[in-house]
Amino acid sequence: MATLDYPLDRPIRRPREWSLSTLFYEWVATVDHKRLGIMYVMSSIVFLVVAGLMATVMRIQLAIPNNHFVAPDTFNRMFTMHGTTMVFLVGMPILAGFANYLVPLMIGTRDMAFPRLNAFGFWIFLFGGLLLYFSYLGGGGLSGAGTAPDVGWFAYSPLTGRAFSRGASTDYWILGILLTGVGSLASAINIIVTTLTMRCPGMTLARMPLFVWMMFLDSYLILVALPPLSACQIMLLADRFLGARFFDTQMGGSAVLWQHFFWFFGHPEVYILIFPGFACVSEIIPVFSRKPIFGRPAMVGAVVAIGFISLGVWAHHMFTVGMTSLSNTFFAASTLIIAIPTGIKLFNWIGTMWGGRIRLATPMLFCLGFLFQFLAAGLTGVMLGVASFDWQLSDSYFVVGHFHFVLVGALLFALFGGMYYWFPKVSGKCLNETLGKWHFWLFAIGFNVTFIPMHFAGFLGMPRRIYTYEAGRGWEIWNLISTIGVPIQIIATALFVANILWTYFKEKEVGDDPWDAWTLEWATTSPPPVYNFEAIPEVRSSRPLWDLKHPEDPDWKYER
Amino acid sequence: MTKRFRRLLALTLSPAILAGLEERRVGNIFQTVATPGDAVRQSAILVLSIAAGIFLVVATVAAYAIFRFRRRPGDDLTEPPQVYGSTQIEIAWTVIPLLIVFVLIGVTARVVAGVQDHPIPKDAIHATVVGHQWWWEIRYPDYGFTTANELHVPVSEKPGETPTVLRLQSMDVIHSFWVPQLAGKTDVIPNRENVMWIDPRETGIYFGNCAEYCGTQHAGMLLKVIVHQKAEFEAWVASQQQVAAEDASAAAGRATFESLACVNCHAIRDTPAQAGHTGRGKFGPDLTHVASRLTLASGVITNTPEHLREWIRDPQVAKPGNFMPAMQLTEQQIKDVAAYLETLK
Ligand code: HEC
Ligand SMILES: [Cu+2]
Ligand SMILES: [Cu+2]
Repeated sequence: MATLDYPLDRPIRRPREWSLSTLFYEWVATVDHKRLGIMYVMSSIVFLVVAGLMATVMRIQLAIPNNHFVAPDTFNRMFTMHGTTMVFLVGMPILAGFANYLVPLMIGTRDMAFPRLNAFGFWIFLFGGLLLYFSYLGGGGLSGAGTAPDVGWFAYSPLTGRAFSRGASTDYWILGILLTGVGSLASAINIIVTTLTMRCPGMTLARMPLFVWMMFLDSYLILVALPPLSACQIMLLADRFLGARFFDTQMGGSAVLWQHFFWFFGHPEVYILIFPGFACVSEIIPVFSRKPIFGRPAMVGAVVAIGFISLGVWAHHMFTVGMTSLSNTFFAASTLIIAIPTGIKLFNWIGTMWGGRIRLATPMLFCLGFLFQFLAAGLTGVMLGVASFDWQLSDSYFVVGHFHFVLVGALLFALFGGMYYWFPKVSGKCLNETLGKWHFWLFAIGFNVTFIPMHFAGFLGMPRRIYTYEAGRGWEIWNLISTIGVPIQIIATALFVANILWTYFKEKEVGDDPWDAWTLEWATTSPPPVYNFEAIPEVRSSRPLWDLKHPEDPDWKYER
Repeated sequence: MTKRFRRLLALTLSPAILAGLEERRVGNIFQTVATPGDAVRQSAILVLSIAAGIFLVVATVAAYAIFRFRRRPGDDLTEPPQVYGSTQIEIAWTVIPLLIVFVLIGVTARVVAGVQDHPIPKDAIHATVVGHQWWWEIRYPDYGFTTANELHVPVSEKPGETPTVLRLQSMDVIHSFWVPQLAGKTDVIPNRENVMWIDPRETGIYFGNCAEYCGTQHAGMLLKVIVHQKAEFEAWVASQQQVAAEDASAAAGRATFESLACVNCHAIRDTPAQAGHTGRGKFGPDLTHVASRLTLASGVITNTPEHLREWIRDPQVAKPGNFMPAMQLTEQQIKDVAAYLETLK
């Protein structure tokens, strides 16, 4: 084992041969964490576009009152598939993709701990996703009732029971998600074992990059929170096929039981989805501010705290089901307390920028968008956490606005930032800056135009999941504005896709370390060879490349 | 905006204006007119202002940092001083939010207990609201009649003077009772009874919705609460307790109605079409006084003779997916039946 000697020995890159069998061998039979990571990200982008188009159709339908653009059932299927897709087929795989690609590189190792389990996880996720979409063909079942599932992404019982959901569409929902869940568990176990056992010499937990820390804690949350979902889905299957009565209220089952199971998964799921956003931002902001992350131990501590507290807040999704005032207060309190570690993270990111020399390149712009929008999302979250306020806001358009601020305004912005930041790692080329800036500004404008008005519609009593509404309730203007934002977002996303293609085929290579970054993934070539590092590096601080680039002022002097 | 709406509506609409009741279509959660809604509104305004304050401060600081520390063209490329953290600052920005959060928890605890654990006065009016896919059955057990989709309650001049207690039940899936100007929402859950109460202090017609997704016509499951002066409420109760006067001119329609499957789903009190045990006449709304309602089909269409005929001809047009089938009546039958139902004032 050699100590890190920057730049590392350049591994040799051989020219590719193109043939069908090599293509198959390279992409289908691969167990390389980088290939799997790319496939995860690509498939989630495809699903993102599909679910985004569904959202477009829904926004057209809601643009004006009493619209007949789509039928009620079509609309209901669309919001079900949109939500399910975005959570399980976009958010979950994209996090697996980022973690797969980057964790081994960042901790200086050659692959994940279980490469074949890794490939299994990806393919089972893809199969689960396709199975869900197969419901468009097979969902009617023998009774010919309906196509895709129309029970909402949280599939409240007893609407999912045999009596109210005929045909096979709900079964496709259960089985498809059950399978993607197996994939997520596989990749979570893999990430946990990899970070715990495969870090390069010298990389103590204290020196591990924040990205890896957050993906590690994310995987722990997946491991704890996902099995309850799988369990209740299996119980629902038993209800539907074996005559069990867990959720069958007509036979004494409980409708509320499903909600407890589901949100015991569902709330931590929110953090499972947002942690990768935190992870990207925590890497990008320091590099573009030219300063180390402010208060690193507090950053890690805050994520650990969120990881634990988030397991005790699930019933804030249930303030309206008629729990006792004591339970409502308890869950309100636990929910509000989460605001503290979340605030710490935000302040630390701002602290990192303070006194820095901020380079406003596209990855950083997206992170700044993240900061402001996440701040707003967090504060609307506080409003929802105040149980009494939630009685009005729950299941209204305010909630729709809130969680899109979290999942688009924060998570997707951070992920876009991450894609701009690591694209040169993956391809050797920097995404075009001009297109990138257009992408950022259009997307930021379109996003805010679409989702800010939803909060106001909610204040005026508009419930979510309605396929149409009557005129005169005060909702028209907000819905119209909201829909106007959609084409802006579509143009922005198209620019992003165009940018990827343009860059991949037309731009010049920019070298191995275009951002002048500090973590280990930049210590090998871009793109990295199959084996990542010719020699396993050895590190002495949390910013090994800083140490090498600044031998006069290395980090390890200050870190323990 | 809302004012102009109301004036416009007052000009164009409907039997309600005749009764002198203002339509409150916009369910603004900040314009509440009942004690539970008021309590929520007060906590909401407090939280909203705290949140707005935090947003302004933090966003300003962040924007300032970006502006002040941005790299300018012509800057030298040296690295800025490397700062790793500051214990004092970090403690400060942990403790201050902690204090704010404690305040919020205290407020929440008080408001939640205030609304939920509020003792229910003995002389309250009781109504049982039963959610169906996709309409509301409304029973007044003390008065002995059943109606649908429009909840009538008396006004409370003083808070809590004549409150109405709602027992919420569901026949099928989960619904949620939400009339934003009166109170927050409470879910309507099968196999479980939830209780809420309202004491509106202004008369009017308050619009609301089912707020929990309940299947195809969730959007068409609208809700109205009609708040009367006390005397008018009593008059309304008295008229609902009676059955509609028989009208000889509608005999043909009545005979047709009673001979058709309508009676399997709909009840008309004190006629051969009244509800039976075995659930006869309980699947759809009670029609004893259907003509006295402002709307049909849970608020989807206004209650005009024309709409009624169209509804009977094919209910799937106005409210696609709802559980009343098109009964394939002849035009004559439709006219007769509608004429009969029109007499059920
Ligand atoms: C299979 C049961 C069924 C049959 C048969 C049926 N209805 Fe209905 N009807 C319903 C249901 C359910 C509703 C409520 C629909 C909704 O709002 O979603 C309804 C609503 C109505 C309403 C509106 C009531 C209100 O207050 O909103 C009228 C009027 C009505 N039906 C008349 C009739 C007539 C007349 C017939 C016979 C020609 C008939 N129905 C047959 C189930 C039935
Ligand atoms: Cu939650
Ligand atoms: Cu509903």
